[in-house]
Amino acid sequence: MSLGTFLVQLLNSVQYGLLLFLVASGLTLIFGIMGVINIAHGAFYMIGAYLAWSLAGQLGSFWLALPLGIALSVILGLALEWLLINKLYDRDHLYQVLLTYGLILVFEELRAILWGNDVHGVPIPEQLKASIPLTENLSYPVYRLFISGVCLAVAGLMYWVIQKTRLGMIVRAGASNRDMVQSLGIDIGFVYRVVFAVGVALAAFAGMIAAPVSSVFPGMGGQVLIICFVVVVIGGVGSVKGALVAALLIGLIDTFGKVIELDIAGFNVLPELSGMSVYLLMAAVLLWRPQGIFGARP
Amino acid sequence: MSRRLGWIAGLVALAALVALPFLADKFYVQLFTKILIMAIFAMSLDLLIGYTGLVSFGHAAFYGVAAYTLALVTPQYEAASMWTSLLLSMGVAALLAFLIGLLVLRTSGIYFIMVTLAFAQMVYFVFHDTKLAGGSDGIFIYVRPVLEVFGWKPFDLEQFRDLYFVVLGCAVGVFLLLRMMLGSLFGRVIAGVRVNEHRMRSLGYPTFRYKLVCFTLAGAIAGLAGWLSAVQFGVVNPDFLAWHLSGSVIMMVILGGMGTLVGPMIGAAAMMLAEIGFQEVTEHWQLLMGGFIVLVALLLPKGLLGLLAPKPEGKGAARG
Repeated sequence: MSLGTFLVQLLNSVQYGLLLFLVASGLTLIFGIMGVINIAHGAFYMIGAYLAWSLAGQLGSFWLALPLGIALSVILGLALEWLLINKLYDRDHLYQVLLTYGLILVFEELRAILWGNDVHGVPIPEQLKASIPLTENLSYPVYRLFISGVCLAVAGLMYWVIQKTRLGMIVRAGASNRDMVQSLGIDIGFVYRVVFAVGVALAAFAGMIAAPVSSVFPGMGGQVLIICFVVVVIGGVGSVKGALVAALLIGLIDTFGKVIELDIAGFNVLPELSGMSVYLLMAAVLLWRPQGIFGARP
Repeated sequence: MSRRLGWIAGLVALAALVALPFLADKFYVQLFTKILIMAIFAMSLDLLIGYTGLVSFGHAAFYGVAAYTLALVTPQYEAASMWTSLLLSMGVAALLAFLIGLLVLRTSGIYFIMVTLAFAQMVYFVFHDTKLAGGSDGIFIYVRPVLEVFGWKPFDLEQFRDLYFVVLGCAVGVFLLLRMMLGSLFGRVIAGVRVNEHRMRSLGYPTFRYKLVCFTLAGAIAGLAGWLSAVQFGVVNPDFLAWHLSGSVIMMVILGGMGTLVGPMIGAAAMMLAEIGFQEVTEHWQLLMGGFIVLVALLLPKGLLGLLAPKPEGKGAARG
């Protein structure tokens, strides 16, 4: 592998990892703070991608579609928490799994009714179409750098809000003792609603900015959900830092797993099995630290 | 519902199921074959969810792997032996469950749900992405397995009625086996594990091993269901391993009433009949199914059986 290819693959893996982090952080936030396992998280990612495709097509601009899509997904999140999710806080995880599984079926079918079952592409916005040359014949698309930058900015923003602001303080307190926060006169029900909506919006936002590089297709929600689970299990449930480290690790392993095995093409079974590498990593982490790299001992 | 009434209801239901192939036409016999296969599958998951408190979201892996095993050991245009293929299928499913169990049982609660799903999905990708067994198209089983005892063939699985009776026999057998097991000391121990694992461990029970036995056994029984299903459909594809199947079977267990064995069977029937009903109404039946699942999760935590017996017996899965 030449240095140029290595650099391109490295950038790709970081971009993929950061995008995974964006989706997984919503999942781990909802679980860490509210104690709810949300199987429908991948469906929100899928909805985001379809919103980007449909809104950008109708408004003629990706940049207008982005804020509108975020607003819609926040509204969706608030409505879902208000209608359904808040009924499940005291129930076993089993029912949370079941209810959110039902939501997946609903969203997938609504997607089929509204937007059909075709695969779509979203054009990269005009301003970011350029590529940065790395060597004579290799260059790197600006849009992928843009994704990485946005994900890093969101990660920083989340860190700042949760660790440094009053709202973050309430959220952290609500995660450790809901009733105590409530009796201090804070409407914790509303805080939870906002947290859920933020989680949904994070997944949808990730779907929107990913849409121009990965195509928009029906099964995309399920795929991303499973990888996010792997991220959360490796990083530790509820740990945003863990999610970041695990997502980057998976980005590296997945990307280089494919490339390196293509190099020794004599074994033609290997590239097909490279998809397994992330699961093997998960198995290893389970043997070593069942609670995840940054998870607290249960 | 009193105990005696329950037994009577069960015997009446069994009599009706035995009579069915003589009264109903092919469509219904095949439909009930499917329902009974799902009932076996759901009972195996109930052993985990309802009795041991392990919410597995990857149960389709064992079902699918057993189905694939049958497809792979069946020669192209000849029949496989029923005993060999069935034992192999269940053995492979049990072995996979044992290996996955060794890893996933190190976790609990929400981790367990996610890890079982992730490993099941890994199995899905192995069959979907490699050419090991026909990739995403799957493989056909042109000739169904044959049971031969010294040249005597008691039934012919190519005949839909014979297959129905074999499946019914398996369902009854699995039900009795699990009932006997759960009524024994073993059943008491795993109930203890569900309610308070720490206490069981401090009483000296190796709880990990008990859970591993349950996980492996549930995998083997799921494998039986997968084998039967492969025999019925004559084709195996990655849908046998898909997480939608794992989700549906959880739904069956809860819809009927978990921790009861009878409940999951009722749930399997209700779910499959509901599916057919929804398909009659609209081509977008998944929308109705999704809404139905949401409502069951919200309103029917004890399932349909819970409607009959309003007094709970504390049989819910343990939290966390």
